[in-house]
Amino acid sequence: MSELKKTPLNDTHRALNAKMVDFGGWDMPVNYGSQIEEHHAVRRDAGMFDVSHMLPVDVEGENARAFLNQLVANNIDKLKEPGKALYSCMLNEAGGVIDDLIIYWRGDNRYRIVVNAGTADKDLVWMFKQAEPFGINLVPRRDLAMIAVQGPNARQKVWNAMPGLEDVTADKKPFNAVEIGEMFVARTGYTGEDGFEIMLPVKAAPFFWQALIEAGVKPCGLGARDTLRLEAGMNLYGQDMDETTSPLESGLAWTVDLQSERGFIGKSALQQSEITHQLAGLVLQDKGVLRAHQKVFTRHGEGEITSGTFSPTLEKSIALARIPLGIAPGEEVEVEIRDKKLKAKVVKYPFVRNGKSLIG
Amino acid sequence: MSIPADLKYTKSHEWVRIEADGTLTVGITHHAQDLLGDMVFVENPAVGRSLNAGEECAVVESVKAASDVYAPVAGEVVSSNSEVESSPEKINQDAYGAWMFRIKPANAADVNTLMDAGGYEAHVASEAH
Repeated sequence: MSELKKTPLNDTHRALNAKMVDFGGWDMPVNYGSQIEEHHAVRRDAGMFDVSHMLPVDVEGENARAFLNQLVANNIDKLKEPGKALYSCMLNEAGGVIDDLIIYWRGDNRYRIVVNAGTADKDLVWMFKQAEPFGINLVPRRDLAMIAVQGPNARQKVWNAMPGLEDVTADKKPFNAVEIGEMFVARTGYTGEDGFEIMLPVKAAPFFWQALIEAGVKPCGLGARDTLRLEAGMNLYGQDMDETTSPLESGLAWTVDLQSERGFIGKSALQQSEITHQLAGLVLQDKGVLRAHQKVFTRHGEGEITSGTFSPTLEKSIALARIPLGIAPGEEVEVEIRDKKLKAKVVKYPFVRNGKSLIG
Repeated sequence: MSIPADLKYTKSHEWVRIEADGTLTVGITHHAQDLLGDMVFVENPAVGRSLNAGEECAVVESVKAASDVYAPVAGEVVSSNSEVESSPEKINQDAYGAWMFRIKPANAADVNTLMDAGGYEAHVASEAH
């Protein structure tokens, strides 16, 4: 256990009696009591997550934009104003997904990429290699902690905790960020609710966390983070896509820019690829719980669940599944759970947004 | 840790109560529900099914994971608690009240193969490392 990596809030989680688990080599809180209560806190009020295991990487230099335009599948030129954020996949030459990430434009030739914890090491190796011809600086920022505060009342409670933040963040639209000294406040998240993701110096993190608790923000573990993101129809790297899967078969075509002239890594492979599968939402009609890797039987052949759980908001089991093309929302499929085949309905996802069910 | 002294236990975290009529009431321990987290699905064995000792016979699922429940001894299922199937959270609220099923043991002496509270406590402690 001693080799697990710890975030700056590790002692804080332990003092709150969090149930800690090994999450990709990090000692992280899975819940602080009840995952379902934490889930509801985010849907109905405000909750917060320690996401300091994720890694911010700063990109600086004259050719930073050109570098990023080659590095990722989405079009960096969509970043038209400083502070704007862009979600993208970083692909290998074969068009497989190395990681999914968010890129913020900090103005001029400065950008910040936030990558997943479990992929951070391989991402850095890949990024440094790709950066060489561009002569730019890449700076991993392990000196920053990251706290996501999410929920319909999240922004107000952040402002109550830190009154000075309201003036500078109140006019920020979703997917925009602002910097106040060493503090980086982005109106982004991974729950389908409004809120902020806040990066700040490691030393300040425990104090800020405590101020948020006093403002009525509920600490939430990675368990609730997973049920929230799945209800919100957001992909999880390593489950819904990885280096062997195409973003075009992972529900991520909307993030892949095949229109513009620019040549990003993986583009030609994607252009030549044959698309046979899609990522679809499933809602279980029978009793039970959909889980990753269960087989799905459709009239066009088999598929597989990539992420499944019990949805606390819908009180039904939901899943993302990679299934053959041509199966449309409204159709019924079967899922093999243990020795039974249970009925599930194909639906458009997200399942839940801003506290409301989006499925019939 | 909550481990009632009047119950018997298995290594796979079932608790067993010996009833006056010789049947055995089975559930999962407080420790087991704590490990699994919020329960959302329970499937009990059908009444009349005959079970071998250690046979997978029921399923409990939390938001986090699915877990099999095993027959503590050989016998026939004589009763199943539909209340925990419709309200799985009862297992979180009161693990020792939310029983799952009852077995009529094939051999009454088989209960001697089960652990007492002290044995179970030591078993849980050994798994923590």
